[in-house]
Amino acid sequence: MINLVINGLPVAVEEGSTILEAAKYLGFPIPTLCHLEGLSNYGACRLCVVEIGEGPKARLVSSCTYQVEEGLKVRTASARVVKARKMVLELLLASCPQSKVIQDLASAHDVRQQRFRQEHEDCILCGLCIRMCEEQMMAKAIGFRNRGENRSIGTPFDMKSEECRLCGGCMYVCPACQLRCTYMEPEKAICGGCANLSPPCLEKSSFEDMMCYMDPCVACEIRKD
Amino acid sequence: MIKDITQSEATEDGITDKQIDALIAKHQTDRNGVIDILEAIQASYGYLPPHALRIVAKKMNRSLVDIYGVATFYQAFSLRPKGKHRIVVCLGTACHVRGAPAIVEEFERQLGIKAGETTPDMKYTLETVNCLGACALGPIVVVDERYYSKVIPTQVRDIINNSHSGDRDTADSHQQQKTIGEAVPS
Amino acid sequence: MVIPAGTCGQASGANDLIAAAEKEILLCGLDKNIRVRVTGCHGFCEMEPSVLIEPDNTFYPQVKPDDIPRLIKAVLDGKILEDLLLVSEEGKKYYHQNDLPFYQTQVRSILAAHEKIDPLSIANYIENDGYSAIAEVLENGAPEAILAEVKNSNLRGRGGAGFPTGKKWEMLANQSNGSGKYLICNADEGDPGAYMDRSVLEGNPHSIIEGMLLGAYATGATAGVIYVRKEYPLAIKHLELALTQAAEYGLLGDDILGKGFSFNLSLAKGAGAFVCGEETALIRSIEGKMGEPRQRPPFPITKGLYRKPTAINNVETWANIPIIIRQGAKKFTGVGTRNNSGTKIFSLVGKIKNTGLVEVPMGITLKEIIYGIGGGPSAKAKIKAVQTGGPSGGCIPTARFDLAIDYDSLVDAGSIMGSGGMIVMDEHTCMVDVAKYFMAFLKDESCGKCFTCRKGTQRMYELLEDISQGKGTLKHLELLKELAEVVKDTTMCGLGQTASNPVLSTLRYFRDEYLAHIEKQQCPAGVCKALITYSINENCTGCGMCVSVCSEEAISGLRKQRYKIDSDKCIKCGTCKGVCKFEAIEVS
Repeated sequence: MINLVINGLPVAVEEGSTILEAAKYLGFPIPTLCHLEGLSNYGACRLCVVEIGEGPKARLVSSCTYQVEEGLKVRTASARVVKARKMVLELLLASCPQSKVIQDLASAHDVRQQRFRQEHEDCILCGLCIRMCEEQMMAKAIGFRNRGENRSIGTPFDMKSEECRLCGGCMYVCPACQLRCTYMEPEKAICGGCANLSPPCLEKSSFEDMMCYMDPCVACEIRKD
Repeated sequence: MIKDITQSEATEDGITDKQIDALIAKHQTDRNGVIDILEAIQASYGYLPPHALRIVAKKMNRSLVDIYGVATFYQAFSLRPKGKHRIVVCLGTACHVRGAPAIVEEFERQLGIKAGETTPDMKYTLETVNCLGACALGPIVVVDERYYSKVIPTQVRDIINNSHSGDRDTADSHQQQKTIGEAVPS
Repeated sequence: MVIPAGTCGQASGANDLIAAAEKEILLCGLDKNIRVRVTGCHGFCEMEPSVLIEPDNTFYPQVKPDDIPRLIKAVLDGKILEDLLLVSEEGKKYYHQNDLPFYQTQVRSILAAHEKIDPLSIANYIENDGYSAIAEVLENGAPEAILAEVKNSNLRGRGGAGFPTGKKWEMLANQSNGSGKYLICNADEGDPGAYMDRSVLEGNPHSIIEGMLLGAYATGATAGVIYVRKEYPLAIKHLELALTQAAEYGLLGDDILGKGFSFNLSLAKGAGAFVCGEETALIRSIEGKMGEPRQRPPFPITKGLYRKPTAINNVETWANIPIIIRQGAKKFTGVGTRNNSGTKIFSLVGKIKNTGLVEVPMGITLKEIIYGIGGGPSAKAKIKAVQTGGPSGGCIPTARFDLAIDYDSLVDAGSIMGSGGMIVMDEHTCMVDVAKYFMAFLKDESCGKCFTCRKGTQRMYELLEDISQGKGTLKHLELLKELAEVVKDTTMCGLGQTASNPVLSTLRYFRDEYLAHIEKQQCPAGVCKALITYSINENCTGCGMCVSVCSEEAISGLRKQRYKIDSDKCIKCGTCKGVCKFEAIEVS
């Protein structure tokens, strides 16, 4: 067992646990976006940052990827953490304002402004879908492409993948795709065939902007082109 | 765009499985060598043909998603064919403060394409690179492995015209080169 | 007769000189009297293509191929061609290389070897004491002694962070040697403006191999990889040759020099990704994956290449090892300061008179390097700042040029040592533009994994773009600073954690320049295109040079009279200013 102190409370957890798991065990809430139980930890969204260490050596780390160390001192809601978290949420809102998950997180953390140029992206590259596809569905049909600002998620060559079995797991775990699942007005969704997936394919024109690996859509059978 | 895989791709540009296999065999190490293999394919064909990536994935026992990720992550790889002459403008910091952005713009104007693009006649590809490590002599332009130092915008036309005579092998490090760049005030 | 022909030398025409010299020697049948040695870069790149005549070390700068025949004749006659010598502004002639102010304050423990060594010849390296350190060490057989020597030398990693090399090696040596340990030479010198590693790889590749052999013997590592960036074709070529030669001489592979010690060394090429200079990304790249850094700990020293213990050191660090073993830690610590021993190579580039590689003892001041060795500004404009540490570093203003350079002082000044790039900026360099340049660089070179690095660099670029176009407000500045601090705090790897430095350091030292863009809609350096106009002043003689180069036909007027620029047509490319000999073109 590894002994550490979280927000002043001592706790002993198994070796190899993450700070996030230890904090959860004590009941301290840490917001997450790219973390999902059952999938490996990735550390892309940076929302779960916590402060470790003391004095000038104190720093922020992502609690989902940082493994507990003996004697570690962790603060999950210090001023520095809160400031960083708010900025991460502001950046998320600026890029992906339509996501219900992001909206809820922003509201829960009292983010009241968005000072950047507004964008409407349908992917925050958290990589949940990739891990779902690989680790739970054993398919490896989608992955990251490119780097930096050009990074994206999709199939090789943007072609229908031979590995994809149209399971819909990728869409199921996506935190950003509320737009495509329920469109702007959920009640107008024509097809309730897959309540879990809520297809976005109301109109072909809006479908263009959506992130969908299903072709045709399992629910409404609309093809992309 | 999502489209179906077409059969024609299997033999595109006359690339045979055998050629790719040979490149893989040559560069595969006991551990991996994926990047070396992709580099060899890039060097042989000027780009990474989709068919070749599929063969690499299969032979190396890696998923196509992984290989495609690697192929798009690194700047040295291109999934599109490149022009006959490759013009590379260095945009390192030293070149930047000595006026490299104006050189890129001049090339863009003269060639009628943006950086990263290839002219429709497939003659020139204009690229920028983040540092070639010849910082003392910036701005640096490299055309088909021939280095031009202290380039100013008025030399751009000459450099383009000069590239026609560069159709020989210039790989030898001690071979003769012509330099346009005379010392100019920066 | 020594002709340096690194990539920089070749770019300035060294190959023409070599061809001319070899032809002349052959034609005149002088091959017994005079020999041409083609070497790597000596450092004084500004004066290339240059020729050095041994044994007197007579230095001829910027030699033209046409001068070669009479130069060779002069050498044979024991004469010096006075008209080809370097002349200072005061008219003083410099005969010998050591007389040059550029070389005088340097301590060239690594670079000096480049003059003596033909990088294509292992025999030449051995003649110059090469591989003597490893031979002696294998003879006496005490790995602990090497480890102690490196520890006592206080050598700190030359890649940027300055971690003590001896400590790193000790940690590796203490790892159990169950299924192998690795050494890696990080030669992915991605910092734009830094090229000392390229110079060492091109000029003295065997010193790296010897350094790694010593490291392997000290730590018990069984295999090593040199990771070189693809942008250095000449370095790769020289390294490949050096590895083959070393293997032929029984210096690599199994049972080295018959002493039962084995070490395999191979080369891995990068494929153009700045982030692969980060050690965990570098390891992934060698493994044939995307160069995406991962969370540390576990550090590579416990779980590195192929999940085996791995020590990664930079090229310059490895190059220091044979020197330390040969001359002893005591002599090594005699140079530099207490916590920062030895020398450091800097690439002095940008708006400075003597550009090139300079090797100086740690603790020297910026002033000594820039005004002493560098000879001050290249043009009339005053020097304003120096940018160190590449995209992860910061800009240090002239007011702080008394700073003694070492790992710690640079961090205090808001920059970092990095691999040693020093880009000098003068009054014609806009600091907003510099910050914008680095953000453009980083938003492309970020691996894209951490949301705050990927999006943060994009957003910082966006804010800086607004400011450079005169659309910025004071709120932009506030948000920029807030964002920069969060990006620094919330990212996983070194790239993201230092990505804000260019923004934060320029905000700290050059806030007035930002304010000029915002409040007065002015770019004091005359760089930001949206805020400047070009005009022609009374110096114009009507020569017509500017008219002939203007691609937009924006300049009009009569010959021998003052020309005019049509600001509607002008695209502000600056070409006319570049060709005007009378300083008649003004930017305001």
